[in-house]
Amino acid sequence: MNALLETIFTASFGYAVLRVTTPILFAALAAQISKKAGVDNIALEGTMLTSALTGVIVSAYTNSAWIGLLGAVLAGIAIAMILAYSSLKLNTNIILSGIALNLMASGGTVFVLYLVAHDKGISSSLKSHVLPKITLPIIDKIPVIGTILSGHNVLTYFSLIAVVLIYFLIYRMPIGYKIRAVGENKDAADSVGINVVKIQYIALLISGALAGLGGAYMSMGYVSWFSTNMTSGRGFIALAAEAMGGGTPFGILIASLFFGLADALSNSIQVIRIPSEFIQAIPYVSTIIGLIVYSSNQTSKVNKLKGKHIN
Amino acid sequence: MNKNTHFELIRTILGIFISLAIAILIIFAISNEPTVALKAFLTGPLKSVRHFGNVLEATIPLIFTGLAISIMFQAKQFNLGAEGSFFIGSIAATVIAIKFTLPFGIHPAVAIIIGGIVGGIVCLLPAVLKTKWNAHEFVSSLMLNYIVFYIGMFVINYYLRDVNAGAMVSQKFQETAVLGTIVPKTRIHWGIIVAIGMIIFCYYFLYKTRWGYEIRMVGQNKEFAEYSGINAVKVILYSQAIGGFIAGMGGSIEVLGMYTRFSWSASPGYGWDGVIVSILARRNPALIPISAFFLAYLRTGADIMSRMSDVQSEVVAVIQGIMILLIAAERFLAHWKNKKIYSEAKSTIVDNTENVVVKGDI
Repeated sequence: MNALLETIFTASFGYAVLRVTTPILFAALAAQISKKAGVDNIALEGTMLTSALTGVIVSAYTNSAWIGLLGAVLAGIAIAMILAYSSLKLNTNIILSGIALNLMASGGTVFVLYLVAHDKGISSSLKSHVLPKITLPIIDKIPVIGTILSGHNVLTYFSLIAVVLIYFLIYRMPIGYKIRAVGENKDAADSVGINVVKIQYIALLISGALAGLGGAYMSMGYVSWFSTNMTSGRGFIALAAEAMGGGTPFGILIASLFFGLADALSNSIQVIRIPSEFIQAIPYVSTIIGLIVYSSNQTSKVNKLKGKHIN
Repeated sequence: MNKNTHFELIRTILGIFISLAIAILIIFAISNEPTVALKAFLTGPLKSVRHFGNVLEATIPLIFTGLAISIMFQAKQFNLGAEGSFFIGSIAATVIAIKFTLPFGIHPAVAIIIGGIVGGIVCLLPAVLKTKWNAHEFVSSLMLNYIVFYIGMFVINYYLRDVNAGAMVSQKFQETAVLGTIVPKTRIHWGIIVAIGMIIFCYYFLYKTRWGYEIRMVGQNKEFAEYSGINAVKVILYSQAIGGFIAGMGGSIEVLGMYTRFSWSASPGYGWDGVIVSILARRNPALIPISAFFLAYLRTGADIMSRMSDVQSEVVAVIQGIMILLIAAERFLAHWKNKKIYSEAKSTIVDNTENVVVKGDI
């Protein structure tokens, strides 16, 4: 137990939390923006996986991490557009199309990985690049906080900035109003002249780009390679984070940090004598518990309101 | 109604052809020996008894998870716990097959039933969370799949592991527990008989019993079903439990029929495959064997292709994805369907006016 406490109450653990929160945060923001427009983007897992591979391949062939990042984001947008086309144009149930894209991504990435790297597990034969880490000028010098906050990957900082950007997009910009209007009531939005399908396309486009950033972080920041199914459910955990975020980007940041904490915990408490299977299950258990706590709170709130109404 | 099924059939077949055509294009684009690859892919499974046997062996688990997903999706619950149910079913069967001593015949039966019960619980949990607290079953079932996987691996590694074997595998099953093969020269086992039985049961259950009717009603329109006196909460709970039970049975049967010990180090993914099988069969149990066979044929063909040529078997993943996207698309070919309805309506109107004219003449 002491060993556990010693690991948790260190600055490097705080650093680790931020490091593992990044992909979840990107994906959760991606989930939120599409949810606000009334579309469930279940394909985040597959999108991140595809983007992670694209980032590695593009950066290896162009010798530039930044072009790799661009490739990853474009790949994310491409997947989101397939999802948009099939669900908005062809009227496929969006959950089914999401499942289809996830299945395609998990097999398809292995297929492509073998084509370019001649390996079905890992991309180590490709000379891919990683995005730079940034040392924050002044904060760096502060004892504990410096260790926690400074020296992260550029995308980690961008994910935090994205929280603010998405907040402004949703609540302060005309497109945000339209997105929310469409999500709240499609028909009402349509009746005041908003092009519902176009708005949903735009929301999914942003969603795909954000998931693409999350994927790029996985293979070009978190680690420096692509491996099969490396997202291991983060795209799904993000859906839970979205549900728990209470509908605002800042709520999502807190929910993502919670899951990041669970993830970091499972990475760093190998020191104690607990079977590794249980440790590996921590992020998923905490997701279910978080989901239950959040949902039961919501239900009791709704019930309370209903009770008041009757009285 | 009949015309509608006819249309659905055409759409499904066209969806399959388009996705196969894309796969063929991919093969031609990447392979140095595309004709060899293509021949192995499309006709490989027919070349020998053993290969065709492989197709039927692979069909069995797909039937179980396809049926499981069909029943759960009929109630419009996007519960993907079938993946975990299948896995934990196989773990439960492994425990029974190693730790218990039972006579021939009864031993596998007990293992399969226990596997089914444990599997049922796994799919029931997301349904409970959904009905009690409105937690989305999709997310919770996915998380549960990971948890169930780790619990299963823990049981194998800590209680059933064969320390003398090089890899992380369980001890051998007792001979009484293994499902025997029924076709010589293949590994086709008794599980196929159980699978056929389950197809008949599920069809009868969904389309001929009150419970099945209620499941379909809730799936089509939950509010309306509730107004007409159906307890939707109850329906959601039992549809998921039954689906999970079938998936769990499938897991038990798969390990006892195909293996002599538990040796998976990752979840084999049959729950996800069940979604594909179920969509191809339009959630109708009677069509599940056809779609399961079709998918198994594709998989076996792809495996043979990857052994005989330079194309990897994962190309199937692309085919599957496109198939789901096209077949589940309501507006795919809808234009053509509407045109047909329109021209038919027009011709009946013409018929009627002609009749009127004839009458007027008299």
